[in-house]
Amino acid sequence: MPGGAVNRNEKGSDKVKIGTPKEVIEGEARVAMTPDSALQLQKLGYECLIETGAGLAAGFTDAAYKEAGVTIKKTANALWKDADIIAKVRIPTDEEMGRLTKNKTLISFFNPGGNEAGLEAAKAKGANVIAMEMVPRISRAQKMDALSSMANIAGYRAVIEAGNNYGRFFTGQITAAGKVPPARVLVVGAGVAGLAAIGAAVSLGAVVYAFDVRPEVAEQVESMGAEFVYLDFEEEQQDGAATGGYASVSSPEFREAQLAKFRELAPEMDIVITTALIPNREAPKLWLEDMVKAMKRGSVIVDLAAEKGGNVEGTVADEKVVTDNGVTIIGYTDFPSRMAAQASSLYATNIRHMMTDLTPEKDGQVNHNMDDDVIRGATVAFDGEITFPPPPPKVAAIAARPQEKVKELTPEEKRAAEVAAFKAQTKQQVTLLAVGAALVLTVGLVAPASFMQHFIVFLLSVFVGFQVIWGVSHSLHTPLMAVTNAISSIIILGALMQIGSSSVLITILAALAVFMAGINIFGGFLVTRRMLAMFQKS
Amino acid sequence: MDFGFTIAAYAVAAVLFILSLGGLSGQESAKRAIWYGIVGMAIAVLATLVGPGQGLWLLSLVLIGAGGLVGYQLATRVQMTQMPELVAIMHSLVGLAAVFVGLNADLEMGRVAAAFGEAGLAFPRLEEASLEAMAFAKQFTGFAAIVAKKTAVEINILKVELMLGIWIGAVTFTGSVIAYGKLAGKVDSAAKKLPGGHMLNAGAAVLSLVFAAMYLGGAGMWTLIVLTLLAFFIGYHLIMGIGGADMPVVVSMLNSYSGWAAAAIGFSLGNDLLIVVGALVGSSGAILSYIMCKAMNRHFVSVILGGFGGTSGPAMEVEGEQVAIEADGVASALDEADSVIIVPGYGMAVAQAQQSVSELTKRLRAKGKNVRFAIHPVAGRLPGHMNVLLAEAKVPYDIVLEMDEINEDFPSTDVAIVIGSNDIVNPAAQDDPNSPIAGMPVLEVWKAKQVFVSKRGQGTGYSGIENPLFFKENTRMFYGDAKASLDKLLSLIE
Repeated sequence: MPGGAVNRNEKGSDKVKIGTPKEVIEGEARVAMTPDSALQLQKLGYECLIETGAGLAAGFTDAAYKEAGVTIKKTANALWKDADIIAKVRIPTDEEMGRLTKNKTLISFFNPGGNEAGLEAAKAKGANVIAMEMVPRISRAQKMDALSSMANIAGYRAVIEAGNNYGRFFTGQITAAGKVPPARVLVVGAGVAGLAAIGAAVSLGAVVYAFDVRPEVAEQVESMGAEFVYLDFEEEQQDGAATGGYASVSSPEFREAQLAKFRELAPEMDIVITTALIPNREAPKLWLEDMVKAMKRGSVIVDLAAEKGGNVEGTVADEKVVTDNGVTIIGYTDFPSRMAAQASSLYATNIRHMMTDLTPEKDGQVNHNMDDDVIRGATVAFDGEITFPPPPPKVAAIAARPQEKVKELTPEEKRAAEVAAFKAQTKQQVTLLAVGAALVLTVGLVAPASFMQHFIVFLLSVFVGFQVIWGVSHSLHTPLMAVTNAISSIIILGALMQIGSSSVLITILAALAVFMAGINIFGGFLVTRRMLAMFQKS
Repeated sequence: MDFGFTIAAYAVAAVLFILSLGGLSGQESAKRAIWYGIVGMAIAVLATLVGPGQGLWLLSLVLIGAGGLVGYQLATRVQMTQMPELVAIMHSLVGLAAVFVGLNADLEMGRVAAAFGEAGLAFPRLEEASLEAMAFAKQFTGFAAIVAKKTAVEINILKVELMLGIWIGAVTFTGSVIAYGKLAGKVDSAAKKLPGGHMLNAGAAVLSLVFAAMYLGGAGMWTLIVLTLLAFFIGYHLIMGIGGADMPVVVSMLNSYSGWAAAAIGFSLGNDLLIVVGALVGSSGAILSYIMCKAMNRHFVSVILGGFGGTSGPAMEVEGEQVAIEADGVASALDEADSVIIVPGYGMAVAQAQQSVSELTKRLRAKGKNVRFAIHPVAGRLPGHMNVLLAEAKVPYDIVLEMDEINEDFPSTDVAIVIGSNDIVNPAAQDDPNSPIAGMPVLEVWKAKQVFVSKRGQGTGYSGIENPLFFKENTRMFYGDAKASLDKLLSLIE
């Protein structure tokens, strides 16, 4: 099989086993398998294992797993030993990497860009590693895009955390006890997390502004009910689609314009949520110390980029700090884990979709197809080789290619175009008339007068027909066909004139024609009436 | 009764026919206009029956009555979804009648010529006819009387007219029968050609010309019969080569032909009413064909020659996947939506789902939602087919809109529901210059916030063109038979 390999189970049982250990990192409450996802995985033909207590922090008890047909393993060691495929959330620790062996597949967040040791370990062991953050951002892979599903949660939770630390309402109110202005929220970076934050803040009633370096997301921002903050800056922006839908580094001039805008906004904002990340780089510093200082006392900043150094000067990862001027800066990095139940079910679903793609036959056998863009992109170690970074995806673009602007015509140009069109039309009509007239005259030269009398009638009728039929409403085209069909049985007149002939053959043929035309006359008119009677106004 | 009276009656009938077609400009005036047509037809038939040269009027009345009975049965029994078949088969009757009348005219001509020959007089008459010949001509009645008075040139023109009438009538007959078979599913709807393809048609047409020349040269009746057979073959082969998706054009084209056949026969019989009505019907069908072709952005010739035009390169890669959805998902989306546009297609007709669509519309409208229908000109198998089906199911016509009226409203629409249509909502027509349907005007459903496509399965439909709409992010596929799916949906919407 080209570029693929099949995981074979060597431990007696006939089914390939997927196992999920308890997360070892302190404070991590998520789990990579839920009872729901386990049911689905079993449908794919796999057997599911879980370490005892793995789901407890996310609200899934061992009993619930057992009910879903999952085998509970007493220790992490036993689980790692038995499972052929290990699905987990956090980047594995050295100890966990040590438990990987050949022919095992690990599915997890892996941070391959900054985890060389991990990659080397996987290579040495000959294990396969699928890094969930490497799932390409194409429409087909959205269902397994764990970064997006976690970012969605982070965005929502950021607003909730902000509200928790903000001493006022989000929504503006006029009460008997006084008028309350709405909170003003600025979201920097309108990716998945930013959009989720916008949605949550808008639905709480805040006035929301959003900024992003990719101007093409303005439409999405506005569709969520926020106002897009435009910069007065002229530069050909790189289309986000060219970089797989992620933001890229911007020019120094652009950055200056951006910071100036933020400086202008800072005093007015009650809550700032920053989500700006550039893949495989430190987070850009966008909210500088002077902006923090310019903010009102009691304002809240949530820095979702804290793990990568933060967008805000003064962010401390995993901490909540209050500055001297009373601005709270939240730098938690575990937002998804703070909503473990929700995060686990989304992440487990992402994993389950990944397994579905890895099991095209639904036969419980992994087909690790390295020709598949999505699987190839996500796989960072395969069969004793490091396969990171992946080749660029073959299909580009989430966004459509930029629309070329239709040139706005000046009034003169429009007028000129109209005149030209009119002239062309006149020319066409005159030509048509001239040719038609010439034809008719030619016929008139050879044909006798008795023919031409009928010919005039014919021409006029065609003309009348064209004028009349253009006025027929589109919705009445079927009745039109039925009624023209009925009246075209006017051919009956010919047959009626012939039926009295002294030749028997003629009489028989004419009689047949009369009969057929009779069918048509009645059938055509009746069916038209039936149809027309159905048309009703509301 | 005098001939002048008949002509007067014809004039009245002609005016009534024009009014009956003109009245179709609006739904309400159309209900009145149909009566004009009926009265016009009655006047025309009665005037002919009592007019000069008519014998056997009792037999004629009986035959019309018998035909009427059959017609009544057909008209009252037919399902609205079977309208295309009915219209097609009725065209074939007109075509065949035209063939019979044309053949009769030739037989009559032969009879008159024989009579003249027996009397030792020249036929066709000379320019300066003898009094004797004039007197002899008086003994004929009806059509024969007209023939008897003709000069040689007039007889030749008559022959040309006859051949045209017969030829077009014969093409209409077999063409309509095949169109009927395709529409009714009795003949495979795919485009099929005998080996030789268009060369066979061209060959038959050339042969037709040869026999026509022989007939004019006086080769006799048999050439006319051969001509008819050749035309039968052309009609059959031409329509066999046209695929199911092009049927709207085919049916309107045959409609047009039946009119031209009647007009040609009118010329040969010297009957102005036949000419007027034939021309009206002919131009009506021609305009319909033109509208249909325009709606598909195709040339009439390429439709008639069958199959889709060649593509200029590989089709654009379709990205993404079709995401399925169940009835409850559709129901909740509809519950939240304020504006809904429904796009019906042939699939709705096949599944007989129009009543369920109507019921859905009624319930959604009762909840205060803005529900409208978008009709593409070539939706269905007959021009205006969808309008008739929706009208049958009592969907008010003022919420049923044409493509041009509604296309701009999709971006402000919450939910678009596509029921059994495919090519008419295919974004490839706009995005992919290599698509076989590139440039065809389509309904821009994908601009709605959410699109549900009710479809039988994952196939590509009639024309076999991949539809990127089904892979769009805001599209959800609601698989299953349209009627069953809608009924399931109805049970969830109170």
